[in-house]
Formats: sequence, structure tokens, C-alpha cells
Amino acid sequence: MKANFKYCLTGRPFLLIAVAILLVVVLPNLAFQSVSAEVIHEQRSLYRDITVVQNGPRRCLIFNVHIGDRNQTCVDINDPEKLVFSYTRMSFAGLLVQPAPQRILVAGLGGGSIPMTLTDLFPDAQIDIVEIDRAVFEVAEDFFFFAENDNMKVTVMDARVFVKRAVLDRVKYDYIVLDAFTGDYIPEHLLTREFLMEVQQIMSPEAVLVANTFSTSRFYDHESVTYQDVFDEFFNFKLPSSGNRIIITSLLPLPQRGELISQAQLFTERLDDYGIPILEYPARLSTSVDWDMSRRVLTDQFSPSNLLRDN
Amino acid sequence: MIHTLMRLVILLAAFIGGFSIMTIELLGGRILSPYFGSSVYVWGSIITIFMLSLSFGYLAGGNLSTRNPNPRTFASFFIIAAFLIFPIIYFADFIMEQVFQVIIDPRYGSLVASIGLFLIPTAVLGMISPYSIRLLVSNEEHSGHVAGQLYFVSTLGSALGTLATSFYFVLWFEVNQILWGTVVILLLVGISVLATFYLLNKAANSQQEGLQEGQYES
Repeated sequence: MKANFKYCLTGRPFLLIAVAILLVVVLPNLAFQSVSAEVIHEQRSLYRDITVVQNGPRRCLIFNVHIGDRNQTCVDINDPEKLVFSYTRMSFAGLLVQPAPQRILVAGLGGGSIPMTLTDLFPDAQIDIVEIDRAVFEVAEDFFFFAENDNMKVTVMDARVFVKRAVLDRVKYDYIVLDAFTGDYIPEHLLTREFLMEVQQIMSPEAVLVANTFSTSRFYDHESVTYQDVFDEFFNFKLPSSGNRIIITSLLPLPQRGELISQAQLFTERLDDYGIPILEYPARLSTSVDWDMSRRVLTDQFSPSNLLRDN
Repeated sequence: MIHTLMRLVILLAAFIGGFSIMTIELLGGRILSPYFGSSVYVWGSIITIFMLSLSFGYLAGGNLSTRNPNPRTFASFFIIAAFLIFPIIYFADFIMEQVFQVIIDPRYGSLVASIGLFLIPTAVLGMISPYSIRLLVSNEEHSGHVAGQLYFVSTLGSALGTLATSFYFVLWFEVNQILWGTVVILLLVGISVLATFYLLNKAANSQQEGLQEGQYES
């Protein structure tokens, strides 16, 4: 086992050198490929490499560019209110279930466009944001027009720990957004039955839970049966143009199509400023099962999500 | 001079000891993450505590080896370590729940929880290496050679334990099932060491008796 210890001393520098070579060789190549995209900021955090790229008026946040990750989040610097990504817009479908949130939790800050839109829409709502990476928070502030305010605060913490604390403190939220998955890595402890049961405990009776996840691979089946196990039923919200899917669920029975449509009509005008086509959403919220129900539920005991994703 | 079979059994035991240590260490991340997250400091806590308990284990195992070194004591390390894994299976949630309520900062929370869960079993597993060297060494000249061999097998075990657990075991089994597997294997190793010891002793005794009888006859 002594050699093990040695590995810790000698292995790390090798890894660092390998990463450095990758960065030096691959990063400039990538930059050349996209002709007019310019890297305006690079930062290495404890968890990832953060790159901010500007292409015309579009500014994007990219995690781990050297392993080929795509945009995490983008803003149009001339029109920062507009939500550039369809999945970001899609997450506002939660408003069809809970139209007047007072206490909101957003897990995963990214460029901050979801919470910024929420605080804009509901200035009186109290918004807690939990983000694991302080560097992401700094980049969101410096490059993506994100700013805390009296009602909106960021806590730098692992979302699981934050939720567990909230359970102990008996805090209740009526609008919860789980947006903690980056393109390359799933935090496996945020996708288990036990975690979802903890989230359930911090939901007020009329709360909605909105989770932004992937729609591809075998992992989709596992994730679906896990949500089904905890919440029985959920809206599965996919758009053909996007590899993402949004899971929308609540403790109460899900509203009927008619209620969703009338709610969408009430919101149409308010959400138009952000480019959210809310009227198109009710027809896409599906409760039909399109996954393999025989897959194993993910638990704290069994959650190889990252291994499942590649299969 | 140590019997070749005993020598092989000890080397295999050291291999499995190294394998088990890393299996438990990797699962440590899984076990702690529901309470303390999967931030880099959680791994920091786990690795710190494993290194610390191994260092204590090396010291204790080395000290023990100066007093009547024998395969029975060696086997007991495996059997004791197997039983010390039970608290990880049955009381991990209780222990972490208590720590979580008392310590707000997840860095120190994960450190204290790691101490509670892993310090003692890992220390016992750490006693295996120095003690096996003492059992294998029969003269000063080749002690370095024996130590090298021993580090080779135990660290190879650690490497494979890390790989097998992170690539495959977590995909096939639940965390507690893997821990149960480790318990069973450590017990089997302990029993095998004891069985080999008694069998070889018996064989040696009967051989000696045979020799003595032969002497009388001649």
C-alpha cells in the first residue's frame, strides 16, 4: 500500500501534464475551427474548465471544451433577457402547474438565465440558488449579466447537502428547478430515489418540480422509472429539436390539458419578452410511458448513471 | 524456511487485502455523497482518512510482527477486518445522520464521518502488509526482495480493486452487496490461511513422526 501513496504523489503531475498538453494542443485548434468565435475568458475551477466564448452578439459558457463539450448556456449580449436555448425556455413550462411561485429553489446556476428570468417575472418571490462551483457563480456575474438581489441569493454548496439541510430546517419551496447536469457528467447522488424523496419533503403541497435532463440512451429509462417510483406520474416534455427533456411533476394530481392551455394563455404575453413560446407547450406535455419499465430504479445503493449513459 | 504453499497463500492474501482496501475506499465516495455531496473535499476527506489509518496499521502490524509472528495472528487480521465492515453496512446512515446534524460544514462533516466509518477497518487491513513480510522473510539478505514482492502483489491488488469497483461492481451490484462480498472474501482468506497453516503443520508432524519411527527401525 505504500506504493499506493506514491501513486498519489507521482500520478497527479502526470495527469496534470496530460491535461495541459490537451489544453495547449486541442484548445487552439477548436478556436480556429469556429472562425469568428473568440475566447474571451478561461478559468479552471476545482470541478471543470470554464470557457466563455463570444461569437458576434452571442456569448456562451462552455464547460470542459477540450473534451468536446458544447455550450452550457448562451446569452445574446444585445438582448440579454432573451433565452437562447430551447431547454431553458422549456423549463418555464413549470409555470403551467404552479403559476404564482413565492419561494423558489434553483439547483445549478450555469449562466444564471433561469433564475434571472424568474426574479424578473416574480420580483417578490424569494429565490435560493445552489451552485457547487464558486467559479461558475463568478463567471455568471462577470459575463452573463447575473446579479444577486435582496430576494435572490446564491449558496455555493452541493445541491444534495443543501436539500438535506432544508429538510432538517423544514423549509418548503413551491417551485424547484433541478438543472445540475452538465453535458459530460451526471452528479450521481442527485438522481436517486432517496434524493428525490428529500426533494419531495421540501416541496409545499402545491409545489412543482422541474428537472432538466437528457432524453437519450439507456439512462433515460433508469431516470424515468426512478421519477415514476417517487412521484407516480410526471409530464415528460421533449422537443424534437432538443436532446434535452424536462420532467415536470408535483405532489398534487397533474392538471388536465385544458387547465394547462388556459394557464398558458394567461402567461403568453408576459413570457413573450423572453422568447418563451408557452402556448406551444401544453400539447407537448405527455404522461405516456415511452421507456422500458423493467429498468432498475436508481438509488443511493445503485446509481452508476455515468456508466449507464454511455450504453 | 517457509513452505511454498504457505508463501503463495500469504501473497494471495496480501493481494486480496490490497484489493479490499481500494474497493472500500471507492465505495466511500458513494456512501458519503448523500450527506456531504461529491465535492472534491469529500474525496479529500476519504483519502486522508485511508492514508492515516493505513499508516497506523503499518505501524501496528510491524510492531505485532516482532512478537511470535505466526499465521494465526495473520489470519485474524482478515477475520477482524471482515467484522469491522458490518458497521459500514448497518450503521453508516445513522452515523452520518448524527454528524450531519452536528457539523454544518460538509468538509469537516465528511472528515468526521470518514473517521467513524473507515478509520478502524482500514487500519486493520493496513496491518496485513508488514506482518506478511515478517512471515515471508527467512533471512536478512532477501528481506528487501520479499518486501518488494509483497508491495507488488498488494499494490497490484489495490489497482485491480480500484478498477473493478469503479468500472464494473457499481454497475452490477448495490453498494452494500459489494461490501458483503468483501466481508465474505476476507473471511474466506482468513479461513484459508488458518487451514493451510494447520494442514501444513499436520503434514510436517506426521512426516517428523515417520522420520522418528524410521530412525527407531534402523
